[in-house]
Amino acid sequence: MTAPVRITPPLTDADVLRLKTGDKVLITGVIYTVRDAAHKRLIELLDKGEGLPFDPKGQIIYYVGPTPERPGQVIGSAGPTTSGRMDAYTPRLLALGLKGTIGKGIRGKDVADAMIKHKAVYLAAVGGAAALLARTIKKAEIIAYEDLGPEAIRRLEVVDFPAIVAIDAHGRDIFTEGIEKYRGAS
Amino acid sequence: MREISSKEITDKVKSLCMNAACNLTEDVEGSLRDALKKEASPLGREVLGQIVENFEIARNEGLPMCQDTGIAVFFVEVGWDVHVDGSLEDAVNEGVRQGYGEGYLRKSVCHALKRKNTGDNTPSIIHTEIVEGEKIRIRFAAKGAGSENMSALKMLKPAEGVEGVKKFVVDTVRGAGGNPCPPIVVGVGIGGSFEKSAILSKKALLRPVGEKNPDPEVSAIEEDILQKVNRLGIGPMGFGGTVTALAVHVEVFPCHIASLPVAVNIQCHADRHREVII
Repeated sequence: MTAPVRITPPLTDADVLRLKTGDKVLITGVIYTVRDAAHKRLIELLDKGEGLPFDPKGQIIYYVGPTPERPGQVIGSAGPTTSGRMDAYTPRLLALGLKGTIGKGIRGKDVADAMIKHKAVYLAAVGGAAALLARTIKKAEIIAYEDLGPEAIRRLEVVDFPAIVAIDAHGRDIFTEGIEKYRGAS
Repeated sequence: MREISSKEITDKVKSLCMNAACNLTEDVEGSLRDALKKEASPLGREVLGQIVENFEIARNEGLPMCQDTGIAVFFVEVGWDVHVDGSLEDAVNEGVRQGYGEGYLRKSVCHALKRKNTGDNTPSIIHTEIVEGEKIRIRFAAKGAGSENMSALKMLKPAEGVEGVKKFVVDTVRGAGGNPCPPIVVGVGIGGSFEKSAILSKKALLRPVGEKNPDPEVSAIEEDILQKVNRLGIGPMGFGGTVTALAVHVEVFPCHIASLPVAVNIQCHADRHREVII
């Protein structure tokens, strides 16, 4: 394993283009949590020509619905959810300058193509590693849709949040490359 | 006739829910540690390393190992010499309500069409069976959606036989790729009817990980599917690797002469299952 690449949003085109599929990254800084129901609302706002609760330009969205925090906790357990459910919404946000998404599992061709076009990256975190990942979250604040509970939009401040570049802005996909490499092996 | 209070059922269910979310059972832990030793891909080992570290943090600090603390699924065996002072279903659901509330677990249950959260993770899914004796056995699984969504059922033609069954299971796992959080456990229900095969496949997941079906013919099928699945190359989290599944559990039941139902229920590596006997 090569040494991890450290990134801090907002990301520029150059930041994104140097990331390659298979790279390990450590994210420090602000990221936003958005999942199914909140995505639906964001797209509805865009359809109506209204502004979003945060400006996606240069930012990273983390697909997560944490457990409730206990007294004294910053956030509950917070691992990635399946990204493919957000595929229908992602290209719209990439067109607005969103530079990264964090989740787990494969993504559709439309998303990968939009990532090439708008220079963005898809990062995969380890699904289920929710207690471990929550440790890297130092601050959490609900900025929209509190009524959605775990699906509310949160602004997180993270330090050394670990992820893998799963699909880069050059169109390389770890899920196809990795599986091809080990197919038939035991 | 033995009297069992609904309060006792509620209390037991509450602890099952809270305990399962934070503490993996030994069978799952052992199998994940073995996977870390066996995995050929360096990235796969990195993922498994995080998975092992995560369940250790969860256990030591009493935190849910995964934010998806699941929909609560129960298989309840009620002895025919038992009398419960009230509704068994209500008692179980009350335990879920209390466990998910007091345990700070995520409430992930909503109206199927309106998508409005019920707020307390109920109703749970309860399969009841009447058995001999004067005890109640409650088997619980906290079933996350990432893996549940990758499950599938097919009514095969009897002519497709055992090879058709194996192909369907392997195709289902291949199609799921990294989505169900591999390494997975694969529950397979063969036979019965449409719904029986699905219930068998879920019940198969409640076996301790890696415990073989007692019928050698069936355990040979389990072993063969496991090898085929692990040669797919999916690996931990789908990044490529040699450990895609920790185990394949198959249950078989007689079926109609014209049918061959097969259900595949997939379980993520955060395989949270617990049981209690009252």
